[in-house]
Amino acid sequence: MSPIILAVFFPFAFALIVPILFKVLRRIHTGWFVLAVPILLFGYFIRFYPIDGPEDIVVQSAAWIPRLDIEFAIVLDSLSLLFALLITGMGCLVVLYSIFYLSKEREALHNFYVYLLLFMGSMLGAVLSDHMLALYTFWELTSISSFLLIAYWYQRRNSRYGALKSLLITMTGGFAMLLGMLMLRAATGTYSIRETIALADTLGEHPLFLPAMALILLGAFAKSAQFPFHIWLPDAMEAPTPISAYLHSATMVKAGIYLVARLTPIFGGHPEWSWSIVIVGLLTLLWGSFTAIRQVDLKAMLAFSTVSQLGLIMSLLGIGSMALTPDMAHGQAVLLSGAVAAALFHLVNHSIFKGCLFMVIGILDHELGTRDIRRLGGLAAVMPVSFTLAVIGAFSMAGLPPFGGFLSKEMFFTGMLDAYRTLEGWTMLLPAVAWLASVLTFVYCMILVFRVFTGPKPEELPDKPPHEAPIGMLISPSVLAAAVVLLFFAPNILSGTILEPSMRAILPQTAEAADGFHVHIAPWHGFTAEVGMTAGVVLIGAYLYRRRRWLERVRDFVPWRWTLNRLFDWTLAGMERISLKFTRFYMTGFTGHYFAYIFGFLILLAGGALIALQALRFDFSDLSPILPYEYALGGSVVASAVYMLFARSRIASIIALSAIGFLVALFFIIFRAPDLALTQFVVETISTALFLLCFVFWPKLKEEDGRLPFRVTRLLISVGVGAVMTLIGLAAIAPRPFESIARFFENSYELAGARNIVNAILVDFRGFDTMLEIVVLFMAGLGVYSLIRFGREGRKDG
Amino acid sequence: MRFTDVILQTATKVIVFIILTFALQMLFSGHHNPGGGFVGGLVTASAIILLMLAYDSRTVRDVLPVHFRRLGAFGILIAVLTGCSAMLAGSPFLDQVFSHAELPLVGEVELASAILFDIGVFFTVIGTTMTIISAISEDE
Repeated sequence: MSPIILAVFFPFAFALIVPILFKVLRRIHTGWFVLAVPILLFGYFIRFYPIDGPEDIVVQSAAWIPRLDIEFAIVLDSLSLLFALLITGMGCLVVLYSIFYLSKEREALHNFYVYLLLFMGSMLGAVLSDHMLALYTFWELTSISSFLLIAYWYQRRNSRYGALKSLLITMTGGFAMLLGMLMLRAATGTYSIRETIALADTLGEHPLFLPAMALILLGAFAKSAQFPFHIWLPDAMEAPTPISAYLHSATMVKAGIYLVARLTPIFGGHPEWSWSIVIVGLLTLLWGSFTAIRQVDLKAMLAFSTVSQLGLIMSLLGIGSMALTPDMAHGQAVLLSGAVAAALFHLVNHSIFKGCLFMVIGILDHELGTRDIRRLGGLAAVMPVSFTLAVIGAFSMAGLPPFGGFLSKEMFFTGMLDAYRTLEGWTMLLPAVAWLASVLTFVYCMILVFRVFTGPKPEELPDKPPHEAPIGMLISPSVLAAAVVLLFFAPNILSGTILEPSMRAILPQTAEAADGFHVHIAPWHGFTAEVGMTAGVVLIGAYLYRRRRWLERVRDFVPWRWTLNRLFDWTLAGMERISLKFTRFYMTGFTGHYFAYIFGFLILLAGGALIALQALRFDFSDLSPILPYEYALGGSVVASAVYMLFARSRIASIIALSAIGFLVALFFIIFRAPDLALTQFVVETISTALFLLCFVFWPKLKEEDGRLPFRVTRLLISVGVGAVMTLIGLAAIAPRPFESIARFFENSYELAGARNIVNAILVDFRGFDTMLEIVVLFMAGLGVYSLIRFGREGRKDG
Repeated sequence: MRFTDVILQTATKVIVFIILTFALQMLFSGHHNPGGGFVGGLVTASAIILLMLAYDSRTVRDVLPVHFRRLGAFGILIAVLTGCSAMLAGSPFLDQVFSHAELPLVGEVELASAILFDIGVFFTVIGTTMTIISAISEDE
């Protein structure tokens, strides 16, 4: 195993010992142990920084399912490194923060950290995998861990609802993505993303190309909460705040963005790809920022703000991907590629300032017991540090200097303006929508800061008296706030080392033509249109904030009430109703019906296979004569069977059934199968005892339903089963159409050191079967146990 | 329901030990002669059932304070661990090995890892059968 693959599996392995640590070392918060994982991984990945040229890209792989051409192929290039550092770096801060956020006495910390580590490992795997199916597996694992983390407080109804919703939406998207990847594989013959990129030039003509693109985009949009799939993200806010900061703003929701960036070299030159991303991204941006204004729950406001910021990054990637259009002039392509730099830079910025904001709101929630802005106010005096952190985070999000968000917001405007200048058509709309959404973003950022921290104290006071958070909770957001400021003054520490190489990974063709990218981020370029737009955002935004009563009237006018959520709930309820109806149709609760299904399928499958495989060949020439006592045994079996059919009491038919079993065991003895005979005897003894035990619970034998069709059906099924079984038995002695494998087992003594072939087959040759069989047996036993034990209690409730 | 059948109880006291001995013999000789973990487990279970029939399930539980569900799980654990130990040696999962050893008084004896696996099967079968039987018999 190569070291990077071990690094990916390290969180999974550590997750195994977390419950033990939690149980044994109760006095120490489990988070302190878990903190080691992201720190070590961050330290490991930072050593690769920077991955500048193609010679630095690390490629490693290990076989997984070689027969299906599935492997853990790891490619660590600059784009993957950017995400790996985000995942592990944010992971350190979030785990540190969670130590103070979650009480070690009251919370089920082992669950929390196991899920968190599961997420960390699968997210790392997703951004490092080059093999599409491995990527898909890790991608779905992140959905599952997100589901578990949202439902962490599963006693709450809303948590369960939010968890299920996020799982259903992201998994549906993930499944679409899987289909798209399989289509790509059908077109190219490879699962490797790198090899597919190499084939990208000729791929466009393939008939499966556009469907594959649409399906993969669906997966990316669902994961990154793009309109109209964004509805899962606000409900995901039921998760503990460290999780909202980590999964639902910094890392997991960026997986869709990662996928779009990663696959841009394949799809980028096609207008369908670029425009669907741009349109969906801008729509999400506008809708998210508009919806965020009306939220009164701070976390819901941040959730919609995350939705809108993800839309922003998406739309920039869409603009940037147009640089790959084949007949694009060289200068224009370079101009458009600037949007990719903006997207990556904003991605980093967003993770940092949104993480900071989430942590501040977590502090408010934790210390005051509420995050409803109607119940908060005037907190700046009592919580000065939190206030400062909130100002830094929110002003960065609003795009104000001197914070990192200002730079990326300017670059966003530049990208949209460049698109307007370069492309024809209705492209004037791009900067217009971008500007409008930025105004709305500015407004909710101001609400976030000034409604909560300034103004009069509310009449309806929060549950606890306001006070500043403990120092431990302030460390992580302070680090992030410092990074926000640092990124304003020294943005170019990123540009040369990670932005340019990552852009080369996203736009390889343009990079080749332009001899690399040169990103230089500066706060001031003179009086450009971007400065004008920012000034407009601040002026109009401030005006709208002052007049927000008017804004409130507008939002009350819009027919809200969550129409998309309604649609989701309605669809879900409808599907449940239909499947319930369908299940009720055949799950009648009558054992007789179930036997009819089982035996019906037996006749169809076994009988059908006999005919389809042309196995109905009989040959009675080579048989030994039937001896008198064999006749006697056979006659006894038949007599017992007939007696069982007509027995009037149940106990008589049980005894007749056992008699058949013992007589069959005698047959085994005659035909010299001691192992079988032995087993048959014991099984028969035990099952007779079992039957007699169950006897007490059975109802009395009733007169059968006398209707003719009912009886005919039963007759047909029983005769059919008997006939099929007889035919199988007769066909088995006919000369075989294929070579017998019995010879292999005959030298069991040399192969397995066993003179008993049956035993050698059970424990050695087919040992895996036996192991699974005993597992199934035990499961069935537990099933019987719990049905009897708890089924009765359940009936008491119902 | 408690009934006393002196003849059955007296006979059971002797027969149960014969059956249990036979079960162990089948378990360990299964490699070369008819038998094995599955049959051995079933025979052991039938001995316990006989005890339950002759006395009652509460008495049997006092005499044999075994947690049958745990016994079954323990059996699966043994079977899986034998399989995994083969992997530690670099062989495929569940690859069995055997060798011959010379023991004092007994003579040459074959030592096979398959017997460990069979013991796992043995415990699982006892655990499962007894879980089912006692669940049904103790149901009020």
